[in-house]
Amino acid sequence: MHISGQASATSLPIGSDADLAWVRQHVRQCAAQLGFGLVQQTKLVTAASELARNTLVHGGGGHAEITPLDNGLTRGLRMRFADQGPGIRDLELAMTDGYTSGGGLGLGLSGAKRLVHEFRVDTEPGRGTTVTAVAWVAQVPASRKGLQ
Amino acid sequence: MNHPVPGQPVQVPVLALGDVLLVSLQGELHDGMAEQLQQDITSRISTSRVTGVVIDISGVDIVDSFLGRVLAEIASTARLLAARTVLAGMRPAVAITLVELGLTLPGLITALDVDRAMEVLSQGGS
Repeated sequence: MHISGQASATSLPIGSDADLAWVRQHVRQCAAQLGFGLVQQTKLVTAASELARNTLVHGGGGHAEITPLDNGLTRGLRMRFADQGPGIRDLELAMTDGYTSGGGLGLGLSGAKRLVHEFRVDTEPGRGTTVTAVAWVAQVPASRKGLQ
Repeated sequence: MNHPVPGQPVQVPVLALGDVLLVSLQGELHDGMAEQLQQDITSRISTSRVTGVVIDISGVDIVDSFLGRVLAEIASTARLLAARTVLAGMRPAVAITLVELGLTLPGLITALDVDRAMEVLSQGGS
């Protein structure tokens, strides 16, 4: 379903809070280039920040893979965050608002899911976690009555 | 002008205007800087006659749950030390994102800009 466009994936390491800043900056640049509006850009960068911090804090570090998408109708951005940490034992619990194991507010996974269009968590205890989030540029129905 | 390089942390300056502390956050804020700021503000409140804190976030692109938690904790700590905190200048896109994220920061006083935040503090009460 996702047909990758001309641009290729960028992989960024996540090993410190400075790396989180790089991930945010890269996602913002990609989102702006792909034509995301300001609110969507802000949502994407916020989701990236939440997920990258999960990778750092809960996964012990890992990497982010940022890929521009083009499905023929609109453009999108796929963000994949992978770690080889302990994995998530109870995914349903981890996806619950307010549940936290890391001293945060417990909004990381559940909140990030609300900020994007597609969201998927692959995890296995002892093997690590990969979170994939995809957002598409909003398709505003063009009003062209006057032009036709 | 280029954005500051994200790899280079800069300490956030805390200015004193009479009995109000003014903190202006800009651009990328590292987690460590946010925690340092929390300590700086708390120690400034406890050692000087500060009755109010204004945190200007008009230059902040995003507030995630970490920064949101730090801001809420600064306000809670300041309140326990007899100072009121006003969060000023949140961008509309940030407000929309925070609500969707589920982080509505109840209990935090807000103002549209620094001028109005100073007015809120000068009026007293809550």
